[in-house]
Order: sequence, then C-alpha cells, then structure tokens
Amino acid sequence: MKMREIDVKKITETVKRLCVEANTAANKDLKDKLSESLKNEKSPAGRAVLNQLLKNLYIAETEKVPICQDTGFAVVFLEIGIDVSLKGGSLSDAVNEGVREGYTEGYLRKSIIKDPITRPVNTGDNTPAIIHTEIVPGDRVKITLLPKGGGAENMSRIKMMKPADGVMGIKNFIIETVDMGGENACPPLIIGAGVGGTFDYAAFLAKKAILRRIGDRNPDPAIAEYEKEWLDEINRLGIGPGGLGGTVTALDLFIEVFPRHIASFPVAVNIQCNAARVKSSIL
Amino acid sequence: MSIKIETPLTDTTVKKLKTGDEILLSGTIYTARDMAHERLVSMIKNNRELPFNIKGSVIYYSGPSPARPGHVIGSAGPTTSYRMDSFVPLLLIRGLKGMIGKGPRSEKVIEGLKANCAVYFGATGGAAALISRSITEAEVIAFNELGTEALRRLTVKDMPLIVINDCYGNDLHKEGIKKYRSLKI
Repeated sequence: MKMREIDVKKITETVKRLCVEANTAANKDLKDKLSESLKNEKSPAGRAVLNQLLKNLYIAETEKVPICQDTGFAVVFLEIGIDVSLKGGSLSDAVNEGVREGYTEGYLRKSIIKDPITRPVNTGDNTPAIIHTEIVPGDRVKITLLPKGGGAENMSRIKMMKPADGVMGIKNFIIETVDMGGENACPPLIIGAGVGGTFDYAAFLAKKAILRRIGDRNPDPAIAEYEKEWLDEINRLGIGPGGLGGTVTALDLFIEVFPRHIASFPVAVNIQCNAARVKSSIL
Repeated sequence: MSIKIETPLTDTTVKKLKTGDEILLSGTIYTARDMAHERLVSMIKNNRELPFNIKGSVIYYSGPSPARPGHVIGSAGPTTSYRMDSFVPLLLIRGLKGMIGKGPRSEKVIEGLKANCAVYFGATGGAAALISRSITEAEVIAFNELGTEALRRLTVKDMPLIVINDCYGNDLHKEGIKKYRSLKI
C-alpha cells in the first residue's frame, strides 16, 4: 500500500489555526450547556455569573479576543494514521512552531516558564507544547488542541488507592477533589477522571477525558451511569458558578478507564474550567 | 442594584460594603500576581520605595493577554487569589485597601481585612473579555521584564465585582456554598 505523504508544514499551519480558534471561539456544546444551566441554577448570584460567562463567550467570538486571559499550556493530541508518511522535518518542531506562531500572531498570553525551578524566565512564545502522540489505523492525521489554564489544572489530583477501596473510593476521591478546590478552578467545571493503568497513565486518561463533548457518555453503560450519578452529587456540593454558592457546580463528568495491576488502583482527577477550550482538525 | 465606588478606597467606603454586594468600581487599580507580589514584599522588607502609592490602593490579580492593535489591553480576568495570600498581611499594613481576584482567602487574609479595614472583591473567573471592556487605560509601571506578570496601572470604569470578604469577617464563598449544599459527606 502506498503511504500518504503529509508535509509537516501542514501540521504547523493547523496547530497555529487551532491555537487561535480554541482560545477565542467556544464550542457549541459549551454554549448550549451554559444556557441550559442558566435555567437550572437556583442562586441569583450564580445566574449572574452564568450570564457574564455567556456574554463573555459572545464578545470573545465576535471580537476575536481570548475567552480567558490565561490562554493556557498548549496540550496537543496527535492521532497519526499508520499509512501516513510525514515529510519535511521533525514532528515536535512542527507542532511547537505552530504554537509559537499561533500564540504570537494571535495575541495570546505566553505563560510558560523555561526552567521550572531555578530561573523563572518566560520562554516568550508559549512553547514548548505538551505533545501526546498515538498511532492509529488509516491515512489521516487528527490534531486536537487543548489550551489548559493553570488555575483549574492546579486543583487536579491523583491518588494511588488500595484495590479494596472499590467504586466508593473512586467516587469519594472525585467528589472530594471538586469540593477541595472547586471554587478556585472557575466553576462551573468539567471533571475528567482517569481510573486504572499506571500513575502516569491514569493522569493521561483524566486529561483525555476532558476532550469529550458535553453530554457524551462513556460507551460502557455501567460507567456512563456513574458519570450521571456522581455529576448529580457534585452539583449538590453547593459550590455553584463562580463558587458563590449554587446548584450548577459542574457541567459534566467524564470517566475513562484502563486495565490495572492487581496491586494498584490509580485514580486521577483533572479539573477543567468554564472556559473549556478544545478544537480538533483532521488532515 | 449595584453600588458604584471609586478608588482610592477610604475607611468610610470600605465600612459600607457588605459581603454579597454587587459593585461597579471606577478609578485607578494595579495588576500584580505571583512574581510582582514577591518583588513588592521584598522591596518593603528592604525599605525601598514602592512603584505606586499603596495607601488606599486596590490590587487586581491579573495577567492580561497582549492587546490587539487599537485595543487598550487584551483579555484581563482574575487569577486565583490564594497564591497571593502569604504576601497580603504586610501589604495591608502598608495601606492596601482592596484586592480583586477569584476564589477563597486564608484566615490570615480575612483577619487582615478586619484589622486594617480592607475588602476583597471577586471578579468572575472566565469572563476576561467582558471584564476588559471596563478597562479604559493600561500602562506597565514596573517589572516590565516579567511580561504578563508586570505591574500595571489600569484605569477602570464600572468594573463589575462582588464583595467576597468584607471588613467584618464575612465570607461569601462559605455562606453561599452552605446555603446550596445538599450533599452530606
């Protein structure tokens, strides 16, 4: 079979475009869910916050300015078809060039510090990106850009539970994580949970979970049921929009799972803010 | 009904503000976040003059995105406040009267607000493009090399805020969440 050739310049162009689009134009599922929440929210202060958020999304999209000043760490998911041959240079260089151009030319904030410990100097172009690459069947390349803000990321947690902790252990850890940091993370939130795998893989699954569209359930009916039930409990925490008290604390809960070691039971919770920005494109 | 107030803040103004009040703030405010706070506190400890008059001032925890041509500023919403908590007591003693951010504050900050007659306002996290509309002027006045973290002087007109912690020890986060909480953990 003949390989489909793709120049990495295409990757750069696409990443650049996605950086700007993701940061300025919210997806329909988010807008719809915020509008629906406005009808369900019982707290007047909570409704005022939701109104501001909807107005904000409108301004950002029409004026092409960032939804949030924190335009995030550029997290890039690449699904590369096995029948694709990438030409013209390094894949990671191409992605980073896209981030550099997107953040610079798109007037997006540069939030990345070069040396995390000793020299707090900004890299100046929001690189490097965090890149997750997966080889998939076919001859396409799917690029997904998730600009991830620091405030919500900071409220994320991981726990290596005991196998005996069971389903209740997962539920309690997820709800406790939202309860501990929810007000700081710009609610209403989207909650991503990763269960199983190793320490690192559970965190990856939690991050991958927040790429889902609001309302999309896990294909496993038992897990889908947990998502619905636990979301309802999260919304009874009372945190509400802006953390000012209310009945809409989270817009959705997504759970992703993977087989685990007989001794290990990792659970990771990745918190996403109300400015839930994610855009994809297929080459 | 929103209450219109202006900077610099005085004891009289601060005493009138109660947790939950909706505010429209006008006047001069200063942006500072993690790095700028470290520097400001270090300047105070080394007896150096601060780059702005802190008496009656309001600090906004925000690192704006770059301004597009023809715009005063980019998007400029609040960042999470707890990261600045440890710097606040000293700034309050030096005359800081107000802070704008998002999320709850430590007990020490709340005590400091009571002791120094100061207030903590919340701005809506995630509403950065909307909030920017209330900013009419912006200028970097110190720490330019910090980029988005530089100290900026902003002029704001009717900036939409809510009183989270007043000078009487009340806390909107605690009270609001208690009211709507129906889950027992």
